[in-house]
Amino acid sequence: MLAKRIIPCLDVTAGRVVKGTNFVDLRDAGDPIEIARRYDEQGADEVTFLDITASSDQRDLILHIIEACAAQVFIPLTVGGGVRQVADVRRLLNAGADKVSMNTAAVLNPELIFDASSKVGSQCIVVAIDAKQIAPGKWHVFTHGGRNDTGLDALDWAKRVEMLGAGEILLTSMDRDGTKNGFDLALTRAVSDNVKIPVIASGGVGNLQHLADGITDGHADAVLAASIFHFGEYTVRQAKEFMVGCGIEVRL
Amino acid sequence: MNSANIVAVIDYGMGNLRSVSKALAHVAGSQQVVVTADPAVVAAAGRVVFPGQGAMPDCMRELDARGLRSAVLAAARDKPFLGICIGLQMLFAHSDEGDVAGLGVFSGEVRRFPDSQMFGADSQRLKVPHMGWNNVAQKPHSLWANITDAARFYFVHSYCVQPADTTLVAGVAEYGVPFTCAVARDNIFAVQFHPEKSARDGLQLLKNFVEWRP
Repeated sequence: MLAKRIIPCLDVTAGRVVKGTNFVDLRDAGDPIEIARRYDEQGADEVTFLDITASSDQRDLILHIIEACAAQVFIPLTVGGGVRQVADVRRLLNAGADKVSMNTAAVLNPELIFDASSKVGSQCIVVAIDAKQIAPGKWHVFTHGGRNDTGLDALDWAKRVEMLGAGEILLTSMDRDGTKNGFDLALTRAVSDNVKIPVIASGGVGNLQHLADGITDGHADAVLAASIFHFGEYTVRQAKEFMVGCGIEVRL
Repeated sequence: MNSANIVAVIDYGMGNLRSVSKALAHVAGSQQVVVTADPAVVAAAGRVVFPGQGAMPDCMRELDARGLRSAVLAAARDKPFLGICIGLQMLFAHSDEGDVAGLGVFSGEVRRFPDSQMFGADSQRLKVPHMGWNNVAQKPHSLWANITDAARFYFVHSYCVQPADTTLVAGVAEYGVPFTCAVARDNIFAVQFHPEKSARDGLQLLKNFVEWRP
């Protein structure tokens, strides 16, 4: 039976892993390759790097990090942040990424999803959706790290990216990100039930019950978390054992 | 350089071969892993790995555009040969994906997961692509050495092979329906999952391959 996935996420800037609250107030969490290796040893099902670097001269750093990581860590590696064109996708895949995640650029130019998935295959293309509740049961897509309201309905946009060829959706609740109050389960379930491609729940994990809830109540195919793993509160292994206790199929 | 000591990873321009070559290099010992688009290098190599990702019609087109078809067919006749993902699917006669002919090393079809049967035990809809870690039930083969039966491997695909000859089946997984995820015949072993992304068990399978004497 297919296992539900646990994906530690590493926000990388200037060659270091950092973590903030609601996209601000960043704390240093360590060396990305060292951290990725540790998660691999703990049984992580994938690792995601998000390059949150603003300046382009620092951006190339991520390529070296991916190259080094791909030589040592033999689990799937997703990379996102600053992907603007198909050439960026190719560059990241050639460095050793297995999947590339796009966000703002996909909103500005939805054709990019189609072009990229036609070129490299849907299985490599993840569309990251940052969603914020604007009314009960209604969410909008935000870009630029949560600063711009695009006016797009999150459910419509999820359906659209699926049709354009996305192979997976990384769904982050802007309301919950960094809060440790748990996923926005209504959002997660609404999106997951609305598409036929896998959905990764993200934003708000503060304990292991939150991870399990994302699967059982949110209907997510995978759950992503950062700070609960980075700062040693829990290991990935502990998270999986907890999920087994909840009757969730995982890889141990 | 002794060519027989070379593990050739066939590069026909489809996707990232870094992961495959790095993982092979990790377990290859004194053998040298070479990513190559040169038919002569493939012909001289001791072992051949045939990966693939993306859509099968594109893979077939690019393989022919680079003049690699006959080198692949020759290698599949007599060298230890490992197909991965689309590299498994391309060995078959035909794929529904783009209604395209494969290499025809094996007779059988490549078909999409049947939409009408994509339901889990709890009747929740199963997503396609089949993405993630799934159990592989093994049929006896030396490439499974030191890997527990039903160990999990990493999959990403929407199509699966249906061999006409069921004695080819070396591994079965289940996703809505049971499907063939490994085939073997003589010097050929080919898998739907990605051993290069399957952590310890994946590396063990690659190690078994580089040490394989079929």
